[in-house]
Amino acid sequence: MKATLSTADYLRNSDRFINSLDFSDKNNFVISSHPKWLNVHPAFLTLLVCMAMQAGKENTKFHNLTASSGHYLDRMGLFNFTSQPSPYTIKKHEEAGRFIPLTIIKNSTEQSKFITDMIPLLHLPADKTVAIKYTIGELVRNVIEHSHSDGGAIVAAQYYKKSNTIRIGICDTGIGIRKSMSRFWGSHADTDINAIMWALMPGISGTTNREGGTEENAGAGLFFIKSIAQVARNYFMIYSGSGIYKLLLHDKRIMNPKLHPNPEDDEHSKRNDAPYFQGTLVAIDLSLNDGENFTKLLSNIREAYGKAVRERKKARYKQPRFIQ
Amino acid sequence: MIKISIQKEVGQFAENKDIARTLRTKIIIPSLSKGKPVEIDFLGVEGVTQSFIHALIAEPIRKFRDEALEKLAYKHCTDNVKEIIKAVYEYLQESMDAE
Repeated sequence: MKATLSTADYLRNSDRFINSLDFSDKNNFVISSHPKWLNVHPAFLTLLVCMAMQAGKENTKFHNLTASSGHYLDRMGLFNFTSQPSPYTIKKHEEAGRFIPLTIIKNSTEQSKFITDMIPLLHLPADKTVAIKYTIGELVRNVIEHSHSDGGAIVAAQYYKKSNTIRIGICDTGIGIRKSMSRFWGSHADTDINAIMWALMPGISGTTNREGGTEENAGAGLFFIKSIAQVARNYFMIYSGSGIYKLLLHDKRIMNPKLHPNPEDDEHSKRNDAPYFQGTLVAIDLSLNDGENFTKLLSNIREAYGKAVRERKKARYKQPRFIQ
Repeated sequence: MIKISIQKEVGQFAENKDIARTLRTKIIIPSLSKGKPVEIDFLGVEGVTQSFIHALIAEPIRKFRDEALEKLAYKHCTDNVKEIIKAVYEYLQESMDAE
């Protein structure tokens, strides 16, 4: 397997990193990198860890790691998953150290502990952290509950002070969204991208074909997360199998971005020809601006969700039969 | 009246669905079965996930319908928590109407 890190591996231009991936030869994983500078979204680091776990630590190595900014990889804990020790020396208490290092979560007890422990690492005021807890809580729970991944969920995050944004990644090597959805929604899971799009629809759960879900699952989680990103005008991406759905940034001139139940109606990009990844990666950028009131955001999502359910129900109404 | 303190069960942020399931099956459903009201107290809870609230109350509401809607009460909710509970109530009742 191969991956190449560059100077700008953000969600905005995720295709460059994705296209560098090579999942063949599962017993050997080589990570190449730009010789001078690295900027890598934490989500892509979680994907590297998933690949390293597949290959085995002893079979995972860097090729010519010389970038001076590579100490970021050390701070995030990537060298815990590679055969090489870190070549970098880092100061542990730098101001820039607002990050959640690569962490493996395998069950709900570990999840709850992680959510409690992670916030102090970010050095953020309490009112800024509910959205982060919400997002990580829902996404990690999805992995634990639906992915059937032996390796659990790999989580990492990094806070960027200048943009007041936290970038989050959660990855697993489980069954993938297509297989998860195909049990009850086979006709909507003929391809990876169609399965991802269907999983984003409100009220659609992989655990039942009943709209509105079961006693355990509503099929609302991913729609809520996508909507949080959308209202805050941030990127959101899902990569599973060969499919990638990416929510693009909303026009800043639009005061209140409209929430669409159908992800097809959102400003997005999608593809179904990505290098095949056995598992699921979810990446999100969350801006923590003062103006973004999480309660108002939840209220908007609630209204959009209710409207979506009502409209889908209405679409099933039988129409009167008019005759001449 | 049966009282549940969410903060005592899960801490400041409620996301553990396993605990929600336990509260649902061991306390909420048995209480409603006996006709007893249940007060769910969110004092000290700064946030919840939608999936936690769904796992906590979806089955009781679907099972006991109006009786659950009348006998379940939520105390000391922050605005965030209220919005999530309202969302779950709305989509549950919409889906029940469709059944």
